[in-house]
Amino acid sequence: MLKIRDLKAKVKSLDKQILNGVDFEVKKGEIHCIMGKNGSGKSTLGHIIMGNPDYEITDGQIYFENELINDLPTNERATKGIYLAFQNPIEIPGVTLANFFRYTTKKFYSEDIPYPKIRKQIVELLGKFGIPEDTMRRYLNEGFSGGERKRIEAMQVLVYKPKLAILDEIDSGLDIDGLKNVVKYINEYVEQNPDTSIIFITHYSRLLQYLSPNMVHVMINGKIVLSGDMSLAKEIDEKGYSWLEDSIKT
Amino acid sequence: MEDRSVLELREMAENYKYDFKDPYLYKEVFEKGLDEEKVIKISKIKGEPEWMTEFRVNAYRIFISKPMPTWGNTEILNKINFDDIHYYVRPEEDHKTSWDEVPEYIKKTFDRLGIPEAERKFLAGVTAQYESEVVYHSIREDLAKQGVIFTDMDTGLKEYPEIVRKYFGTVVPPEDNKFAALNSAVWSGGSFVYVPPNVKVSIPLQAYFRINAKNMGQFERTLIIAEEGSEVTYIEGCTAPVYSSHSLHSAVVEIIALPNSKVQYITIQNWSRDVYNLVTKRSVAYENAKVGWIDANIGSLLTMKYPSIYLLGEGARGEIISVAFAKTGQHQDAGSKIVLAAPNTSATVTSKSISVGSGRASYRGLVKVYKEAKNSKVNVQCDALLLDPESRTDTYPVIEVHQPNAAITHEATVSKISEQQLYYLMSRGLSPEEAKTLIIHGFIENFVKELPMEYAVEMNRLIALEMEGSVG
Repeated sequence: MLKIRDLKAKVKSLDKQILNGVDFEVKKGEIHCIMGKNGSGKSTLGHIIMGNPDYEITDGQIYFENELINDLPTNERATKGIYLAFQNPIEIPGVTLANFFRYTTKKFYSEDIPYPKIRKQIVELLGKFGIPEDTMRRYLNEGFSGGERKRIEAMQVLVYKPKLAILDEIDSGLDIDGLKNVVKYINEYVEQNPDTSIIFITHYSRLLQYLSPNMVHVMINGKIVLSGDMSLAKEIDEKGYSWLEDSIKT
Repeated sequence: MEDRSVLELREMAENYKYDFKDPYLYKEVFEKGLDEEKVIKISKIKGEPEWMTEFRVNAYRIFISKPMPTWGNTEILNKINFDDIHYYVRPEEDHKTSWDEVPEYIKKTFDRLGIPEAERKFLAGVTAQYESEVVYHSIREDLAKQGVIFTDMDTGLKEYPEIVRKYFGTVVPPEDNKFAALNSAVWSGGSFVYVPPNVKVSIPLQAYFRINAKNMGQFERTLIIAEEGSEVTYIEGCTAPVYSSHSLHSAVVEIIALPNSKVQYITIQNWSRDVYNLVTKRSVAYENAKVGWIDANIGSLLTMKYPSIYLLGEGARGEIISVAFAKTGQHQDAGSKIVLAAPNTSATVTSKSISVGSGRASYRGLVKVYKEAKNSKVNVQCDALLLDPESRTDTYPVIEVHQPNAAITHEATVSKISEQQLYYLMSRGLSPEEAKTLIIHGFIENFVKELPMEYAVEMNRLIALEMEGSVG
């Protein structure tokens, strides 16, 4: 599904190297977790997979379904089946959530399905994720609480049905019940759509107790330094990241 | 409201002091260019009362005595050759454009907007009558029952001379500016609306329904009188581009909102790209009256238009919401004028402009608060969106306050579409073009939501069309 080879990238405006050779592979139907401290490059990795114009790939390759996508425009990555739930979704003033979905769903649904039908499904999904219907009339992400943003970003996985969903820090800004609720519906969706691959990006292991990932990766200084199973997450939970940082230095 | 027949015109001409019997003389009279004699002849041919003839002649003298504006886009303005313009065209001579003359981009837009065939021909000036005439007649009957007058200005003058004489030229006197003077001298067509006391007109009055040969005139004159406690909404223009064979359009609109009345005037201007659109729009609002200008400028080569509200009565309120869309080659010089001259008056101005390519949008605003305007409030918000590096926007606000306890705010922002907004929308599958269009929809949302449903839908569709091909 996703194959990343020796990926190096920098922040365009700062000319600062932020990924220092990432190797990483996610197969169809797998769930991966990428963990790391703030500034480790884990969110950047998600954005570079999506094609964020703030970053520039300086070396290496990203393959999606065996196609090199380094230079593919973001919208084409999206329509090929990559979805990124933003840690900090962008505000679009004056564009209602309803209008946003009216436009975006056109890219993922057949023309034969009338929009009112899609809209009804979306309202139901929002309800499941604890978002009231009248939110559809509010402007996209404007004045949304941190929790509302996270729920709506996560819920869109169920709207666009991507092949690969990257959920960036879905756990920050959500209280424990909110988080449980979001993860419950994501897990339920994955059960029903077992070909879906998911990457969870997180700082804390709190999220992991509700998941059963195939692999856990730890990122430090723009590199994946260690990969393993759930036991790795447990180790980080107990010891933090510093023992890993120390082991790299030596 | 029939067009005068040739016969009638001849009869009128016969009564005229100059010898008008020879039909060939007509052509001579209405050759390009303007002088006092022509102004008198226009008035006589229309069979106007003496006072109107005098009004026109006086206005003509003001027109020639006033210099061209020295502000605004003088480079484009000074290209107007007043000697190369027809100032009066008899209705039966006008609208002889052939379909082949209509520019390709306009035909294409008709297609994309799904404008019906009959309407297209009308909008392009190929035919003078539009099928909705039937619809209009039934609406007019309903209105007549309530005592509402909704007709073209020429008919208004003929049938309701007392009302017209009382108000005509009182809000926009010919002395106001050179183009108001020109309009006052040679006006033809436009709308006359009179709403009796306490009548609330439930449907918007659409110039569209009143369309006939006179409607698309170069020098339209519109007069709206809302009596005490009445309410009315008037809509002019349409989202479809309007092809005009005349390059200079200079209209005057006057609104009189008497105590406790509400008037809303909606304009969607989409003239073809070679038109000079130089318009004077002004309203006066008396005690507790409310006036709103909802104004969109999309077409034309150069538009200069600054809808004005004079709040003359205590508690009067005003609102101006405008959108300007300037594409390459266009200059939308728009703005507003708010004058507060009574206590407890308030006004808000929201101006949005979008410049694409080398398009230029200017905001020119005046807020004037007289000493009498205690406890008055004005909020002005101007937001400009620049889509390309060569796009341009300017803001020229003037604030003059003679009442220390008035609360005046003026905020102006200039922004570009942020890369992160584009990226976010593209991450949900939208192309850069679609993403920009959606962001622009959002930018003008507060304008669009003021429009009746069908106009709002068309407006959004039009913005999408305008955006096509303008993204690199």
